Amino acid sequence: MTHVYDSTGWVRGLETVAAWLLGFLWVLPLLYAFWTAFHPAEFSTRLALDAPLTLENFVKAWHAAPFARYFINTVILVTMVLAAQLVLVTLAAYAFARFEFPGRGVLFALVLVQLMIMPDVLIVENYRTMTFLGIKDTILAIGLPYMASAFGIFLLRQTFKTIPRELDEAARVEGCSPLQVLWRVYVPLARPTYLAYALVSVSYHWNNFLWPLIITNSVESRPVTVGLQVFASTDQGIDWSIITAATLLTTAPLLVGFLLFQRQFVASFMRAGIR
Amino acid sequence: MTRTTQWLYAWLLLLPSMALLVLFTHYPVIANLWHSFLSTPKGSRPAVWVGTDNYAQLAEDPIFWQALSNNLWYALGTIPVSIALALLMAAWVHGKVAGRGFLRLAYFTPTVLPMIAVANIWLFFYTPEYGLLEQVTKGMGFASHNWLGSKSTALVCLMVVTIWKEAGFFMVFYLAALQSMSPHLAEAAAIEGASRWTFFRRVTFPLLMPVTLFVLVNAVINAFRLVDHIVVMTRGGPDNATALLLYYIYEIGFRFWDSAYAAALTMVLLAILGLAALLQFLVLERRTHYQ
Repeated sequence: MTHVYDSTGWVRGLETVAAWLLGFLWVLPLLYAFWTAFHPAEFSTRLALDAPLTLENFVKAWHAAPFARYFINTVILVTMVLAAQLVLVTLAAYAFARFEFPGRGVLFALVLVQLMIMPDVLIVENYRTMTFLGIKDTILAIGLPYMASAFGIFLLRQTFKTIPRELDEAARVEGCSPLQVLWRVYVPLARPTYLAYALVSVSYHWNNFLWPLIITNSVESRPVTVGLQVFASTDQGIDWSIITAATLLTTAPLLVGFLLFQRQFVASFMRAGIR
Repeated sequence: MTRTTQWLYAWLLLLPSMALLVLFTHYPVIANLWHSFLSTPKGSRPAVWVGTDNYAQLAEDPIFWQALSNNLWYALGTIPVSIALALLMAAWVHGKVAGRGFLRLAYFTPTVLPMIAVANIWLFFYTPEYGLLEQVTKGMGFASHNWLGSKSTALVCLMVVTIWKEAGFFMVFYLAALQSMSPHLAEAAAIEGASRWTFFRRVTFPLLMPVTLFVLVNAVINAFRLVDHIVVMTRGGPDNATALLLYYIYEIGFRFWDSAYAAALTMVLLAILGLAALLQFLVLERRTHYQ
């Protein structure tokens, strides 16, 4: 694709250099982390071309903290939150997109409040609520405040609204109930939106930190982000090689997933942003 | 379906989402307001009504004012730079720069990484004596400097991390908008003899306004919502130089366990977020009709 206003001549050269310089700066911290993690500790601060490669840092990190358990916790958390979100968001978006009922405007406005005031900032009260419910220090408590998602409802409602009403009516003439129409017409047609939402949700909850840090207190419920922080801040004798290895370890599934599906990832974030 | 059954159906569909939203968004806001007028229960002493005492304490708390001003500077320092960089990145990646696939990947990767992991990597990067930054500056002959340990540079160091993490995220939204823009606009402008800069200033940038607003609101929310890196890198120090509002709430609420004062502090945060919402609402109402 060519554009009329693409730069030419020396301006183009200058821009290419600048773009690559910025790109280099952007990957530099990551490259540095890889260097440190894959080399013996004595090379972590010395860039020598003949430094031997090693996986020992990863082995040490893996044995120094219950990362396997942390991973399982995170996977449970992310799966649980996503499953609940998909169901709840679908039902609510359907109601807002295709039903007429008293209070629709007010209820929708109440939903949108969560776009601004996310559970992330209501930590004090939500902690109180979890204490009251007696589910402090559980994986459920980490996920519960996020299961109803204003962002998801908004996104899916927009998609549902673009689906022609004729399809809906045709299905009803065939004798489908509203829930059957939802399942057979709306859900299949909104598949790209679901994919986009799922990727955004998974990466958000895999990465979430402050709330899990507050609400969990044991190995059995800690997600991997909190586990990493506990490991990095309590294991004295700051061995950067091992900490960096642990950091890459906890990020690896997401990073690998991203590198494999980067097109879908970028497209999903784009889709999620266009309202 | 009769009208009433339709109503009933819709309400039932909404019920699970609304119940959870009320329990974890609306109720906490109101309960938080209520608790900010009570004292913190201690031992056998239950919470009692103290009126505006918590707010009076807040007004006289120098750390609160510092956290607030830190947060405003942090927002002012990160938001314009991230947005400008995002726009630049999007323009480059959208154009015909050599290796744009790799560049897009490079710009976007920080976005998918957990802030907590990113913070650990950058912590090492900034480490006195051993960190990469120190090695570069020492190699260039500068004196050693504790970047995160001195009051004058700590907040700026955190801003750099945030910009690094966020710019690629915002780039994606600009990229989406640029790709959906009709090429005829550029052709028409070229026929009229508009320069590249004029085209950007008079056509592209105004057309990107809705995206800029969307990104701006997101950036404002993030500036007040995300403090993971503070926990890892500085714990608010040195001498509260990097305490942001939410981090201070976390300290008061979960390290000093003063839930009443934390509630009053949370009200300030909620007021700021509410203001951002209002601003977005007013501006969006007025500005995006040409879309």
